[in-house]
Amino acid sequence: MSKINKAKTAGIVVETLATVLSISLIIFFLLYLADANFSEAIRGFIKSSIGGRKNAYLFTTFSKMALITGMAIAALIAFRAGLFNIGGEGQLVVGGLVSAFVGLSVADFGLLGIFLALASGMAAGAVWALLSGFLTIYMGVPLLVGSLLLNYPARYISSYLVSHPLRDVNSGLPQTFLLPKSVWLPYFQGTRLDVGIILIFLVYLFILVISQKTKYGYYSKSMGISFSFAKISGLQTKKIVFQTLALSGAIAGLVGSIAVLGIHHRFTDGMLVQPLYAWTGIIAALMVNLNVWSIPLAGFFFAAISTGAAGMERIAQVPKEIATIIQAIIILFVVGKLGSLGGASIPSGDSDHD
Amino acid sequence: MIENFLDPEFFSSIARLTTPILLAALGGLICHRAGVFNIALEGFILLGAFMAVLGSYLGDSAFWGALSAILGGIFLAIVFSEFHLRRRGDPIVVSIAINLLGLGLSTYLLRSIFDVSGVFSHPNIHKLATINWPLLDSFWLLDLIFNDQSILFYIAILSTIAFHYFLKYHKIGLWIRVAGENQEALRSSGSNPVQVKFFALLICGIFCGLAGAQLSISNVGLFVENMSAGRGWIAVVVVLLCAGRPIPLFFLIILFGVVDSLSLRIQGLGLPQQITEMMPYIVSILVLVFVSFRRFRFSSKTHL
Repeated sequence: MSKINKAKTAGIVVETLATVLSISLIIFFLLYLADANFSEAIRGFIKSSIGGRKNAYLFTTFSKMALITGMAIAALIAFRAGLFNIGGEGQLVVGGLVSAFVGLSVADFGLLGIFLALASGMAAGAVWALLSGFLTIYMGVPLLVGSLLLNYPARYISSYLVSHPLRDVNSGLPQTFLLPKSVWLPYFQGTRLDVGIILIFLVYLFILVISQKTKYGYYSKSMGISFSFAKISGLQTKKIVFQTLALSGAIAGLVGSIAVLGIHHRFTDGMLVQPLYAWTGIIAALMVNLNVWSIPLAGFFFAAISTGAAGMERIAQVPKEIATIIQAIIILFVVGKLGSLGGASIPSGDSDHD
Repeated sequence: MIENFLDPEFFSSIARLTTPILLAALGGLICHRAGVFNIALEGFILLGAFMAVLGSYLGDSAFWGALSAILGGIFLAIVFSEFHLRRRGDPIVVSIAINLLGLGLSTYLLRSIFDVSGVFSHPNIHKLATINWPLLDSFWLLDLIFNDQSILFYIAILSTIAFHYFLKYHKIGLWIRVAGENQEALRSSGSNPVQVKFFALLICGIFCGLAGAQLSISNVGLFVENMSAGRGWIAVVVVLLCAGRPIPLFFLIILFGVVDSLSLRIQGLGLPQQITEMMPYIVSILVLVFVSFRRFRFSSKTHL
């Protein structure tokens, strides 16, 4: 190893240590503000992210990991094609709402009912994402703001539907009726972990294959590197944009369906928005620099932070929002190491519009 | 029917609803002109709103509220500068992180300092002063719109005009424009573009902090978790639409204010609250479509 390499390695080690130290200092400062007992808080964090009686909390982390990883894949598939779909939240909500509604009406169909509910959730998510693609391609609205603005109609329309027409009037909350057991996603034996995580794993494998091994994967990646180059080399960019957004939206919709059919068994107002699944997914995808292979790791990491924080709240009375702060700080500290997303440079590529 | 819409409250609510978006959009506008792609206005406003309540509560006056709101905005602006300007992080990623940070910090501090979640209100939260111009009393419409508004409303309007001239004629305004359009030219003339961008971010932090103060301590005197509710994004859209020019920005925001208060009126007629709350976003999309589509047909460019 040459001297220069050694110096470089030493530099990286020092930098990593400095980052870890700064993040820890910030966390301690926040704990101090909340007037918490440090050792209690940290023990609570570790125990509730990966421990618990019969590993119950570990399974909670796994079920959160499924949702966050799913949203991270949805973000990643769009980002690697240069499409800033930050409307994952809307697509997630629409998917969850539609599959709750379909789930209620197909209760007698058994396994087919589950399949129908999942498929309709995916379709709804895809339609919501395609809507933002339509605004971009045919109306010239930047995808970044177009997809984001569509989050709000999704949120308010779903809130209206579950507060009035679809509301379970016997419950005190704005939520739909409880789904019949026949359309619940089955649990793994002896746990409260549903098979949604397997569905997400299948999606992960699917995305691995299509991003590394298919023509579509290659084309969409080259579109992400340079839109104008992809265009002048004769790629059908319009088609790729719609395919990618449909795929991204469908995955987000599937995550919503899994949350409804596997975890909550009904759609409650704000249940998919408040835990910030979509935004956590986006920063998980960004943290691994859009590397498909390492997505589940990032998903597990962020899920563990959020269940750990919930445990800290139970045990040491530290507000669980500390999870959001920690996630934001981590992404800030790694952001300088990531490549540029090229967001500011993309907006002037020529379109297919003739 | 029409009287339902055009009652006095309608006109005074336009000014009230417009002020936070106008203040935030002015901050976003300076960043836009300086070439800083800042879509973290939402987080800036939210922390500002919380800090306003905190300062007003602890300092026992609205002045401390406004000041601490400004400090909250400046704090996030410095974080933005550190990670975008110095460590060269992608502005979209930094913005997403800062929006989460603003949301997380405001909720975390609310719960750890005041030990409440959801809503915090307290008689000790002082509201911003309102100004009454006796001269306007006799002019019906002007009286309704311009009288008895919070002091930040007048600051927002004066700042809009000031920004117009500042960007056009002042030396630093020129630097800001050059930093956005051609960094190298600025560097070769002996100024440091990074410093100019930092200055723009600080201004943005100040104005977004004030926008937050207007939300939390002007009419209501309370803080609600996530109370910015997407206003920062509307400000981003407005800045994009008017391409960073203060005067068109002002009129666009008035349009949003009119829609906002119209939808409040409609709610009075029995439309569900969720539908009226959705209106500003629908209008944003429609205006974006309208403006971009015209531009789009002439230039045949796409905006991904």
